This record gives sequence, structure tokens and C-alpha cells, in this order.
Amino acid sequence: MKKLQIISAAAAVMALGVTAASAGTLQDVQARGELRCIVSTGLAGFAYTDSAGVYQGFDADFCRATAAAVLGDASKVKFVPATGKTRFTILNSGEGDVLWRNTTWTFVRDVDVKLTFVGVNYYDGQGFMAPKSLGVKSAKDLDGATVCIQTGTTTELNLADFFRSNKISYEPVPIETNDESRTNYLAGRCDVYTTDASGLAATRSTFPNPKDHVILPEIISKEPLGPVVRHGDDQWGDVIRWVLNATRGAEELGVTQANVAEMAKGTNNPEINRMLGTEGDLGAMLGLQKDWGQKVIGAVGNYSEIFERHIGKDTDIGLDRGLNALWTDGGIQYSPPFR
Amino acid sequence: MSEVTQSYVPGTHPDMAPPAGQRGILLWLRKNLFSSWANSIMTIVGIYLLYKIVPPMFNWAVVDAVMYAGNREECQALGSGACWAFIKDRYRILIYGFYPEELRWRVDVSFLLLCAALVPILFDNAPMRKPWMLFSVSYPFIAGWLLLGGAGLTPVGTDEFGGMMLNTVVGVTGIAFSLPLGILLALGRQSHLPIVKSVSMCFIEFIRGVPLITLLFVASTMLNYFLPPGTTFDLLLRVLIMVTLFSAAYIAEVVRGGLQAIPNGQYEAANSMGLKYWQSMRLIVLPQALKISIPGIVNTFIGLFKDTTLVLIIGLLDILGIGRSSMADAKWNGLSNEVYISIAIFFFIACFGMSRYSIYLEGKLDKGYKR
Repeated sequence: MKKLQIISAAAAVMALGVTAASAGTLQDVQARGELRCIVSTGLAGFAYTDSAGVYQGFDADFCRATAAAVLGDASKVKFVPATGKTRFTILNSGEGDVLWRNTTWTFVRDVDVKLTFVGVNYYDGQGFMAPKSLGVKSAKDLDGATVCIQTGTTTELNLADFFRSNKISYEPVPIETNDESRTNYLAGRCDVYTTDASGLAATRSTFPNPKDHVILPEIISKEPLGPVVRHGDDQWGDVIRWVLNATRGAEELGVTQANVAEMAKGTNNPEINRMLGTEGDLGAMLGLQKDWGQKVIGAVGNYSEIFERHIGKDTDIGLDRGLNALWTDGGIQYSPPFR
Repeated sequence: MSEVTQSYVPGTHPDMAPPAGQRGILLWLRKNLFSSWANSIMTIVGIYLLYKIVPPMFNWAVVDAVMYAGNREECQALGSGACWAFIKDRYRILIYGFYPEELRWRVDVSFLLLCAALVPILFDNAPMRKPWMLFSVSYPFIAGWLLLGGAGLTPVGTDEFGGMMLNTVVGVTGIAFSLPLGILLALGRQSHLPIVKSVSMCFIEFIRGVPLITLLFVASTMLNYFLPPGTTFDLLLRVLIMVTLFSAAYIAEVVRGGLQAIPNGQYEAANSMGLKYWQSMRLIVLPQALKISIPGIVNTFIGLFKDTTLVLIIGLLDILGIGRSSMADAKWNGLSNEVYISIAIFFFIACFGMSRYSIYLEGKLDKGYKR
């Protein structure tokens, strides 16, 4: 096997030798016929493997939506799992095409790491959880506490900022994955567990006695989580941005997975028609098929459907829409018009 | 006038049984567990610790464990112990990764063939060893064909490899190719030809000076910057090459240790017999040197096999990666002990097997060197 591979790879290297420099990511993906989507190695509700070995979750569904738009087939996704530390390297080296991995949009990442954040699919914020027995009412009482913290994340930096600005001290326990912090926290190796509020609720629901733990009232940071592409490929960035906007726009316009086929036959609302490709040619402007919007909604549904399926009230994660409700419902999820 | 002196092992004299404390189980206990004050205390502390640890563990893993449940909540309602139902739900992807379900027989077949191919390599008293060896040599090609498909079988991309199968593929390939490469490097480092010597030395020192994880990272991400754009170079193949090179460098140093233990007289004797370099190495020096190096070589292999879990860093889901991403399933979230214990059992069986084989081999080869 190995020799065959070596020979064939060597042949491939020689044959391809100096081919044309890669065009845009969009063309690369379409030529390859497969989207390489970077997701988390495992985060409840956002990306995990089910018993058939298939990736599921909120982020995984956005990967599928992207594949549906670009390739017309939601199943043509290769999921590339990445840890917090390796995700940007994998994206920048071209081993992945797009990052849908609960990644916080920050100045440095956007500007200095040379990434392009194209939107926010989940607004989060960092919170604290502590055992009730600790008797802590507020995060400001945490002077001298040991804190389990995932390395390479913004939570790590927020934590330092928060404790410094409140002039209290803490002892960090560096941890690689969410699951390790859960284990360490339950074993009592750290007094406080901190991560994004969505993660706190999800993790607490798995504790043997969830009621023995309190989530402290302070939300110490803004964590806008969104998709990321490489710097300098605006066409590809546009595709990702409008895939995300299509899911939000569809929710606003009442297009669902169930009725999208019906609506695609034509409606009285020209914006729906433009989004689903029955009027105008927005698809061609993006370099996609005319019916890309229809494919996206047909594959994964609108924003609310994706949300409720993986992290909403009726799931084990049980999150409120909160900030992530549409702007018409008191949230800040908002899609520019399809015009 | 013949006086027969007969001696008896204590306790076997036909006339007299040894005193009660000097035979049977009491003797054994006294000798092994209570031979001094310090040892008695250690024994008692040890028994206490076992009593504290073993029954709760047994209860957790067996008595209170749940085998059948649909999710974590059901599991925890049914019993307070381990939730093996989770592992039962996931064992297929832990073993096969993302390999297409209807093609998994190919993984099974190549594993069985691997076991068959190993027999003549591991045991020199296997019947019909020569023809069987031919099969072993062609095994990599057969396994490659079975796993990757093509030529009549449905092709399967290496990105669908995962789980235990990925660990085995990386581990076995690394072991199989790094041993010959390592021996060559060791000989090269001892060579009198300056170029061969310095190339081998640079290679060994460079690879040993860099952590495996860095090499893997270079293989997965940096290589794309160096290769001409548009080249696709299979990720798994890159990993296999890096793992092989890495362990070859370590093997080379282990073998060099063995080579240095061979007295100069052996080299000179080989030369005076008129043997050429390769003949003397093959017939005189290496058989002795490798025998001395067995523990070190097996040690490197065990390390290599466990290091295969590092591929998680570069986005390949080995058994550990699959375990982690399974744990994030909200249905089962929080059952990390069960997953880690199952993975530990897999690695223990594999590594313990290797270590037992090395002991068997040492025992078999150590003719006339017993001290």
C-alpha cells in the first residue's frame, strides 16, 4: 500500500509539477468537488460525531449549507477537525477552505493573523461556573481561585484582562480541550470553570448533579463566533457571507426546509424570489448556480431551524435564542437585503 | 565402605516434616510478604489500598455498569456505574473510523491477513516458512489494495481512515519501514565513507532534535508552502513518511549501541575470513548487534505506536480523536471515563503484546550468554 502510494504520489508531484497557480478558493473547491470544512474536534451542540461517524452540530450544518451552495450537494463536505491552537494554521496552509469552528472574531485575528471574518453565526459571551459549596455570588469574589482554562482561546485572554482590571488574583490551570476542563473541574482540581456561556450551560447539563453548580451572573466578554476564510480571497468570502445571510434571511422571510420547494416555484415576494433564484441572477454574481439559496435552505433549513435542531430549547444543550434571535425578535441576527 | 550422603531440600526429608511456620503457605507468606518489619507494614498498607481501590472499581466497571441504554440520562437512571452502552453505540466508529460501512469487511480481511503475514516474520519455526514469507513481503501491497480499493474494488480515500484502524496503519507501517531504514542509518553513521557518515549523522541528529509533533505539523501544513501550488499530496502518506523517518532515527541510535557492543575482534575475524563489508555485516555483526538491541528496538516501537495518537493535532481522527468527538455528542456528553478506559485497553493490549514478544525473542536468542 505504502509503496503504491509513494509511487503514485511521486508521479502526481511530477505530473502536476508546475501547474497554474491556484485560482480562487471557490474554483478550487468546485474543481475538487469537495468542501474541506474546519470544525472543532468536539464541542457539544456545535460539532461532534454521531454513532454512524457523521459530523453533526450547529457548525457542521453550516459546513453542509456551504457545500450545498457551492457544489449543489450538502454531503460533499470533508470535515477537518482542528484544535484551538491549530485551526488558523490549517486554514492558512490551505488544508481547509473555510473555518466554521466557534471562532471569536477579534481585531488581532482579523488584521494581524491575516484572516477574514465574514459574519457572526452565534453571539456568545464568556461566563463562570463554580460549585454552590464555594459560596461565590459574583465573579469578583473569585480572588485566589484556581481556574480551568482552555489554551489558545480568547477565553484565556479575557480571563487575564478581567482579573487584572478587577485587581484580583487567580491561578490558571491550562487545559487543551473542553472535556478535559470538565473532568478537572468535577475532580476539584480547579474551583472555577470558565468558557463561553453556551458551553457552560451545555457542560453543566452533563454533570451528575447540575443543581450543585451555579453560573455566575457576570458575562465578561463579547464572543462573536463566526466563519473565517483566508485573507485576500474576497469572492470566496462573499460566498460564505451570503450562505450565512441566506439562512438568516430565510428565517426572516418565512422560508423553511419544508416549504422551500414550494416557494422556489415563485412567490409574490420579490426578495424571496431573488434569494431562491427564481428572479434575477444573484447566483451568477457569486459564481454559483442560480438555485444556490434554495439548495442551502433545502439542505439544512433556515437559521432558526439549524439553531433549534442542535442547541435550542428542546435539545440537551437548551440555549435561549437571546442575542441570537432575529433583529425583529429582539436579537441582533440580521441579514442585509437580497437585492 | 560406601557412605552415601544424601541431601534433602528443606521440607522434603521423609522422616520429618518441617515446623509449621516453615512450609506451605505460611512459609511463602513469611518469605514474600512479612520478611521484615518494613515489609510487613508495606504489605498491610498495600492490602488496605487494594481494598480501597479494587472493590469500588469493580462495582463501577461491572456491577453497577449499564450495557443497554439510549443516552446518558437513561444510563445514569439505570445504574450508577460505567455506561458501557455508550461504547457499544460507538465501538464501530472507534474501530473503523469513517470507513464506509458496507466496505468494512475489507478492513477486517486486511487485519486478519496482517496477523497471518506476521507469523513467519515473528516465529522462525513456523512451517513452510519460505513460501509463507513471500506472502508476508507482498502483504503491504495486498493491504494497500484492500484498504484503498481500485482495480475492481470501490476506491476509499485515506481521509476516510480513522479510529483504531488508523492507529494500526500508521503504527504497522512505521514499524515495518523504520527498522530497515534505522539499521542502514546506524551502519551509515559507523561508516568510513565521509559523505555517507555525515549524511546519516545530520539526518539522525536533526530528526532526534525535533519533536514528532513538530514534524507532523510540518508535514500537514508547511509542506504546502514548499510544494508547487496545486499539488495534492495525500495527508496520510505524509504522516506515514514522517512517522517512519522519526522512528528510524531512534532505531538507528539503538542499533548503533548494539554495534558498539560488538568487540573489534569480530569485525577483524570477519575480514580475515575474506568476507566483504555487506557479508560480514549480514553474517557476523548485525545478528549479534540486533540481538543486543532488541529491548531498545521494541521500546522504540511501543513509543511509536502510542505516538500515533498525535495525528489528532493535524486533523486526522485516530481512536483518541474519534473518542473525543464522540464525547461531545450531547446525547452522551460527559462520559469521558468510559471512552478513555476503552482506548487505554486497546493500547495496553497492543503494547503488552509487543513487550511479551520481545521477552520471548530475547529468551530464545540468548544462547550461551546467560550470566
